[in-house]
Amino acid sequence: MNLDRIRNLSIVAHVDHGKSTLSDRILELTGAVDARDMREQYLDSMDIERERGITIKAQNVRVEWKGHTIHLIDTPGHVDFGYEVSRSLAACEGVVLVVDAAQGIEAQTLANAYQALENDLEIVAALNKIDLPAADPDRYAAEIEKVLGVPADQILRISAKTGFGVADLLDAIVERIPPPKGDPDLPLQGLIFDSYYDQYRGVVSAIRIVNGSLTAGARLRFLQAGRTHDVEEIGIRTPLNVPVAALGPGEVGYLIAGIKDVGEARSGETVTDAGRPAAKALEGYEDPKPMVFCGLYPVEGDDFANLREALEKLRLNDASVTYEPETSGALGFGFRCGFLGLLHMEIVRERLEREFDLSLIATAPSVEYRAHLTDGSTVEVHNPSEMPEPQTLDSIEEPYLQATILSPTEYTGTLMDLCQSRRGDMVRMEYLSPERLELVYRIPLAEVVMDFFDALKSRTKGYASLDYESAGWAQAELVKIDVLLNGVPVDAFSAIVHRSEAQEYGRRMTERLRGLIPRQMFDVPIQAAVGGRIIARETVKAKRKDVLAKCYGGDITRKRKLLEKQKEGKKRMKNIGRVEVPQEAFIQALRLEE
Amino acid sequence: MSPASRPAGGDFGVYVHVPFCTRRCDYCAFATWTDRFHLVDAYVEACVVAARRRLDPARPATSVFFGGGTPSLLAPGAVGRILAAVPAAAGAEITVECNPESVDRDKLRGYRDVGVTRLSFGVQSMVDHVLVSLGRDHAPDSVLRAVEAAGDAGFADSYNVDLIMGAAGESVDDFASSLDQVLGLDPAPAHVSAYGLTVEPGTPLAAAPGRHPDPDDQADKYLLADQRLAAAGLEWYEISNWARPGSSCRHNLLYWSQGEYEGLGCAAHSHSVDPRTGRARRWWNVRTPERYVKLVGQGGSGESAAEVLEPPARLQEAMELALRTRAGVPQGALPGWGTDESLDGLVELHGDHLVLTSRGRLLANEVAVRLA
Ligand SMILES: Nc1nc2c(ncn2[C@@H]2O[C@H](COP(=O)(O)OP(=O)(O)OP(=O)(O)O)[C@@H](O)[C@H]2O)c(=O)[nH]1
Ligand code: SF4
Ligand SMILES: [Mg+2]
Repeated sequence: MNLDRIRNLSIVAHVDHGKSTLSDRILELTGAVDARDMREQYLDSMDIERERGITIKAQNVRVEWKGHTIHLIDTPGHVDFGYEVSRSLAACEGVVLVVDAAQGIEAQTLANAYQALENDLEIVAALNKIDLPAADPDRYAAEIEKVLGVPADQILRISAKTGFGVADLLDAIVERIPPPKGDPDLPLQGLIFDSYYDQYRGVVSAIRIVNGSLTAGARLRFLQAGRTHDVEEIGIRTPLNVPVAALGPGEVGYLIAGIKDVGEARSGETVTDAGRPAAKALEGYEDPKPMVFCGLYPVEGDDFANLREALEKLRLNDASVTYEPETSGALGFGFRCGFLGLLHMEIVRERLEREFDLSLIATAPSVEYRAHLTDGSTVEVHNPSEMPEPQTLDSIEEPYLQATILSPTEYTGTLMDLCQSRRGDMVRMEYLSPERLELVYRIPLAEVVMDFFDALKSRTKGYASLDYESAGWAQAELVKIDVLLNGVPVDAFSAIVHRSEAQEYGRRMTERLRGLIPRQMFDVPIQAAVGGRIIARETVKAKRKDVLAKCYGGDITRKRKLLEKQKEGKKRMKNIGRVEVPQEAFIQALRLEE
Repeated sequence: MSPASRPAGGDFGVYVHVPFCTRRCDYCAFATWTDRFHLVDAYVEACVVAARRRLDPARPATSVFFGGGTPSLLAPGAVGRILAAVPAAAGAEITVECNPESVDRDKLRGYRDVGVTRLSFGVQSMVDHVLVSLGRDHAPDSVLRAVEAAGDAGFADSYNVDLIMGAAGESVDDFASSLDQVLGLDPAPAHVSAYGLTVEPGTPLAAAPGRHPDPDDQADKYLLADQRLAAAGLEWYEISNWARPGSSCRHNLLYWSQGEYEGLGCAAHSHSVDPRTGRARRWWNVRTPERYVKLVGQGGSGESAAEVLEPPARLQEAMELALRTRAGVPQGALPGWGTDESLDGLVELHGDHLVLTSRGRLLANEVAVRLA
């Protein structure tokens, strides 16, 4: 295929600014999808994406426009899935940067634009949703020009909803985004930028050909994995999969090569011809690292094996989830799982429950810590119960983020307060325009995991937006809090918190548990302790009476059934020392923690 | 001989359910109606027919209990018609539950004349605001009058007072005052029952969480009741029942000793034991008076559903029921006794039986689930 006729781009934007809706209009206008097959956010194909109205996974599709072939990738906007954007960019020469004309630049707009610039990609900016009464395209065009340096007169004005301006946008794409470069005669170099597992076809990879050509029937060498596979099928997504005989330089398509494990066809992998291998692998990218961890336990203990199987299967499609078996005195057998963020955690949990018919308890999300011991060694702590004893500890480090907050300037004060109260250090503060503030803070990830985002939204009536990236580690005064029931620690409620927050956490947790632990035959002290020192205490007073109801009409059956139920209930209780705790109390306590 | 293997025979009770009330109390989820008085005659007739059909003159009742609802809404003639159809043993205990408001001397004499030997008054409280809070339609004064009438009609030594603990707004002093006033009645009651107010789903009370009883408050009142009643010579013989020696309610004891009884009327429960297999059957009648009248009219018994208890389950049930009474359970029935700390202070040894203490009675279910 003539390289000059190819354009490769990603559609990037802040959450909800209309990427997937724009993709819809493009699919329609180019005739890729018939009007009668069209549905909103066509490319969001997972149930969970459709229900939540968000994109989780990037999707690529090939369309034809005025004699040109355009490969576009609809990317997710949410910060948890930012790695999907970086991968996608590696397969492109340009981006369409969509900005909501009623909101202007938000945190991910900036992050995406910077990323595009770093990758030397051409930016085609478009103000979307100009059909909205609140749209103010002039104002935001000026803002984009000032902040991102895109000349205002080059910014398109579109409505992905009505289709207004989308044809012009396609023209601009063809005009402004450079065609790919590549040499069909060089040995094959193809970049895998996404892989998913299909239960019938095995691993299906999205591939961008850089040099050479990929032909049906070829024997391939996967340079990073060091494995050889035969091509089963190659093709293009239009958006239906259409097999083709060959893919040449600059082209994007899919590859099926009889691979059963996505780990062998990772994003960033370079594919070459086994018979005539390329000398060098393409620049890959790092796998995203889990940032947030929690324990996942089956509500029904018998489901442990099912949960393991479900996690194995889920990981085939989502290699960013990590899991390791763990045991909890309170919750039984489960897994400590790692996620890219809170939304990712929520989605994985929901998928496990829905797609695998499981009922799960999740412990409170936590982050990873590094404990430096007095003997000079270092321990990674993913779970409060792994925290070494205080006397063996030299210091603890926790992960930090560089958080970028974009907000109307009127909230400057309250946002600074918020960041300070969450142990943030200001890096930068800048007025992007008279109305828009950019605040950059270094802030512990653990604080953001807590409820930072909700606090941010509620303090700014929803106007502030947040983007962040990992920013290394720093030492902190962290302590492990244990929660004890009648003197026995309950691992599910342990937490690692900053010393200054220990008291508050302990108070909250003991108070909450007092309301959830049923009264026993004796007083049950509920204590929060740091290294053996009690910092908060509540008591569940001993139960003094059960049923004293009248027996109406000779109804002995009712009395007996009541006892049977009580006995049944007792069997389902978990014993923490002498204290009987219904599973439901754990679930409740942990749910409230969310 | 253990209760489970006791052959049929001995005491036999008949329960007659009277599903009519003049107004529904706030907490009541029981099978009773305030708008079906037009059914009374047909209903009484159905009970008479069912009694003739179901009861065996060779097995005369040792106790008959008219419960409700408000049985005292029935005229003595109606009670008499039913009793005439119930074969009763000589000296049988025949109780009618009465709302203090719905009785007078003539009615009570009438009951006496048709064979009633015992009355049970739904007093609930002797404090005005507590009665209002319970949604009852009588005033404390009517209790004084009703009890005086009971004395005049020959029930001086054979009437019971029901009390309820834990109405919204009832202080411990209020309850103490109710107890004192009840014990001070003239004639004084030979039998008192005290129940914890219980929140039943679907009642107005259930919909008002702010008015739900506090279990600790109920526990305090229970202990107070136990003390004062004992001091007045009324001994507990079952968790909720206290009586002068010899004045226990025979019909009530039948329930707790796994005795046999036949329920007449809607929502009434029955119990029988097959002496050959040792299997017990518990069954209950349809819930509404209409359906009961209809089914009996069609030649049926009015039964709605039943359960069968095999001997092991019966033995278990026997222990659970016996535990509620002063008889207690054989020591071996509570294997945790002496080791399980949670039983400390809840049961004590009387001879070779373990009997609930007053604290234990409050936690009878907790003790019962620890039975072998
Ligand atoms: N009025 C109006 N609404 C639009 C327009 N474009 C998108 N929307 C709406 O904005 C919401 C978000 O649209 P999406 O296309 O799902 O946004 P997205 O950028 O793909 O969102 P993520 O994938 O979650 O980042 C939906 O409710 C769309 O209907 C537009 O031009 N006008
Ligand atoms: S009098 Fe008794 S049966 Fe009638 S409504 Fe009141 S509590 Fe219920
Ligand atoms: Mg989308």
